[in-house]
Amino acid sequence: MKSMWQRAGMMGAALVTSQTVLAEYAYNLPEPASQVAYDVFQLHNLIMLVCLGIFVVVFGAMFYSLIKHRKSVGHQAAHFHENTTVEIIWTVIPFVILVGMAYPAAKVVIDMKDTSNPDMTIKITGYQWKWGYDYLNDGINFYSNLSTPREQIQGTAEKGEHYLLEVDEPMVVPVGKRVRLLITANDVIHSWWVPALSVKQDGIPGFIRDSWIKADKIGTYRGQCAELCGKDHGYMPIVVEVVSEEDYKAWVAKKKGSAAVAASDGTKVFEIGDLVTRGESVYQGNCAACHQADGKGLPGVFPAISGSPVATGPIADHIAVVMNGKPGTAMAAFAGQLSDADIAAVVTYQRNAWNNKMGDLVQPAEIAAARGGAAGEAAAPAAPATPTAPAAPAAQ
Amino acid sequence: MSDAAHAHDDHSHGHPSGIMRWLTTTNHKDIGTMYLWFALIMLFSAGTMALLIRAELFQPGLQITHPDFFNQLTTMHGLIMIFGAIMPAFSGFANWQVPLMIGAPDMAFPRMNNWAFWLLPVAATMLMASFLLPGGAVAGGWTMYPPLFIQGGISYDLTILAVHIMGLSSIMGSINIATTILNMRAPGLTLMKMPLFVWTWLITAYLLIATMPVLAGAVTMLLTDRNFGTHFFNAAGGGDPVMFQHIFWFFGHPEVYILILPAFGIVSQIIPTFARKPLFGYASMVYATASIAILSFTVWAHHMFAVGMPVAAQLFFMFSTMLIAVPTGVKIFNWVATMWKGSLTFETPMLFAIAFVCLFTIGGFSGLVLAIAPVDIQLQDTYYVVAHFHYVLVSGALFSIFAGIYYWLPKWTGHMYNETLGKWHFWLSVIGMNILFFPMHFLGLAGMPRRIPDYALQFTEFNQIATYGAFIFGFSQLIFLVLVLKTIKGGAKATDRVWEGAEGLEWTLPSPAPYHTFETAPVVK
Repeated sequence: MKSMWQRAGMMGAALVTSQTVLAEYAYNLPEPASQVAYDVFQLHNLIMLVCLGIFVVVFGAMFYSLIKHRKSVGHQAAHFHENTTVEIIWTVIPFVILVGMAYPAAKVVIDMKDTSNPDMTIKITGYQWKWGYDYLNDGINFYSNLSTPREQIQGTAEKGEHYLLEVDEPMVVPVGKRVRLLITANDVIHSWWVPALSVKQDGIPGFIRDSWIKADKIGTYRGQCAELCGKDHGYMPIVVEVVSEEDYKAWVAKKKGSAAVAASDGTKVFEIGDLVTRGESVYQGNCAACHQADGKGLPGVFPAISGSPVATGPIADHIAVVMNGKPGTAMAAFAGQLSDADIAAVVTYQRNAWNNKMGDLVQPAEIAAARGGAAGEAAAPAAPATPTAPAAPAAQ
Repeated sequence: MSDAAHAHDDHSHGHPSGIMRWLTTTNHKDIGTMYLWFALIMLFSAGTMALLIRAELFQPGLQITHPDFFNQLTTMHGLIMIFGAIMPAFSGFANWQVPLMIGAPDMAFPRMNNWAFWLLPVAATMLMASFLLPGGAVAGGWTMYPPLFIQGGISYDLTILAVHIMGLSSIMGSINIATTILNMRAPGLTLMKMPLFVWTWLITAYLLIATMPVLAGAVTMLLTDRNFGTHFFNAAGGGDPVMFQHIFWFFGHPEVYILILPAFGIVSQIIPTFARKPLFGYASMVYATASIAILSFTVWAHHMFAVGMPVAAQLFFMFSTMLIAVPTGVKIFNWVATMWKGSLTFETPMLFAIAFVCLFTIGGFSGLVLAIAPVDIQLQDTYYVVAHFHYVLVSGALFSIFAGIYYWLPKWTGHMYNETLGKWHFWLSVIGMNILFFPMHFLGLAGMPRRIPDYALQFTEFNQIATYGAFIFGFSQLIFLVLVLKTIKGGAKATDRVWEGAEGLEWTLPSPAPYHTFETAPVVK
């Protein structure tokens, strides 16, 4: 069966000359990396076998009839049209089979839903179009963006092995630990899904749902957003690195160190060149998906920044749009997502790039001021939005 | 498809001709014909969108669409196929066949019948025109989940209005059908003697009357959330985005039975005819249909296993969903038992009916797999779901529509269709359809999400196979179009009975059925 499909697939692939990388053939649930995923895998196998058995019996009978009871071989029609005994039997037997399936399935449901006694907790927030991770026990937080270059998507560069399934910052968890996941979203509904761990949980803006994982094997497990969340729904992958306890501790120490460096940027005064360079990378990571790398947007859907009244008008208004978003549109509020230095950099970049040769320079201190002094500074380090106030613009 | 020429012979009341005849007609046959042509046009429109989708997915990377336009295509494909193609096609069958099968002269409310139809082209025009608006058509999925649906532009409001209009049309149509069936049956035709197609439509009509207002309520709340500052689905204002999903699927799950019960009815007419043997277990078929309809109101949240419901809800919806397999199984067994020891022949309607039984069952099995909540966690929102609902809607609903057209077209036009063309259409459709949708099961299991314009490399091969299937399936529908046009224009003269084994009142009429039929009610013994 497999080889037949494989041949057909190869023939198809051969027609596409640009298709040089042929990944491993995938046609079943991935190899389980946790007990729950293993249980689900077995449950699926069981149900498939039962279905296959019923299919063979029922359609064996039908095809026998199609061959033997045809008019062209001279078969005369019988006249029976009911039989209470038979009808009761074929109502009761499926019912019994279903009960047999329901029992093991219910056990797995109960296990999947039991999020008690975690070793650690991670809050996961879906954004259009990236994931935010908040390690509640270790005080680490970061965003995870697609790291596949645009050129590969547009077809101007060869696609890599993990095309569309690679991120800049994976979620890292220790092996064998029970990790409780608190899943929410900032703007629209997303769904956090890692097949090898058999977890799929919608992130719902304004609410927190929980789930849990306990990975048995060290390795890298990849997934994708599973709920349509707008234009770049197909471009917000999930990567979970399962590492040893020691490696996890080392990773935590490293993340804390780089967070301290980032925090000190908020008080610096930058040259315009540095800000534009930094701003360009912030723009590519946060803005280009909608407003496009050339700043021209998508007409009718996402406005242009090049030559826009916002980017060429008063600086304070420009900063306000970036920080607070536009209610009722896909324009998110970046005040909670980006640091003062990053906002200053991206505003500076937008005001100097393309046709916007404004020559303006915005320093992190101005962003801190816009946040409203001391209160703002406390909120300044980028942290996924708090669950009770999921999206500032949503409050309208 | 009673063409204008013979229609003139039959009525001399000075009715308008040309376009005004069709705009003002209250004749159930005219209206049935218009429903069916409308459905065919929508089938080709939304089918073209599907081919664009499959062309984009032929290989990874972005080739012919950008992601936003891709989302517009998937959304509109779904909306138009459901509300524009499948539902109107079944309404067309109901208009043509219900009066002929119960011995009534026309529908109960002929003027409302006219209006119910003519609302549809209006709504469809609004939907299609939204492609030309700033920002393009709706891209939030046919399920219209907020908050994503709140973000869109003017076409989203237009779509809400179009859904309202289509819902109004469905409600009027279903009230008309239910009233006709309950009040206008020929003397002696008791409920338990009605043809099964009439039974399934009676139950479908009640499902429509019960659920369409629920959909109207859901989209109205979307409209006010979008434009008038309400917060039904906004947590920051005390609402809940998940509440929309509960309301939507309370409509949406009965809706899937609205799309399949009339198909059960059509197949239950065709199989006995070509088996030359009465339908096995008529009474249990009626009870099974009613059970499915009632159960359909208790299973909606199986579309939402991934939203994070409590254990009790997860278990309840899993068990109730599994239970639907029992009456559905009864139907499959009854169809097989009807064929058993019959005297079978394999004209095109029968071929489509047999393919229906077999392939719909594959869709039923994948439905059972999806009903198992823990497995659904892996498969929700993947191509497995896409495979599942296309097996029940394409090889289910659509194949039954083809079967019904081939079965009754000679009665409607007075001409036999070309059997060779019909067989070509059948075999290309059934082969193309399986090449198109079967690999999607593998894609879903392997982890390809649905509604994505671009995918990881391990999904390439099955996507390419599916795209080949899509083009075979899509282009073979042109054979159907040619066949229908040829049959309307001419062909071998159809007898009154048309099929050797056909039973029922419609076969006592001449072929083609005259413009006015059963002006004097027949008596059923």
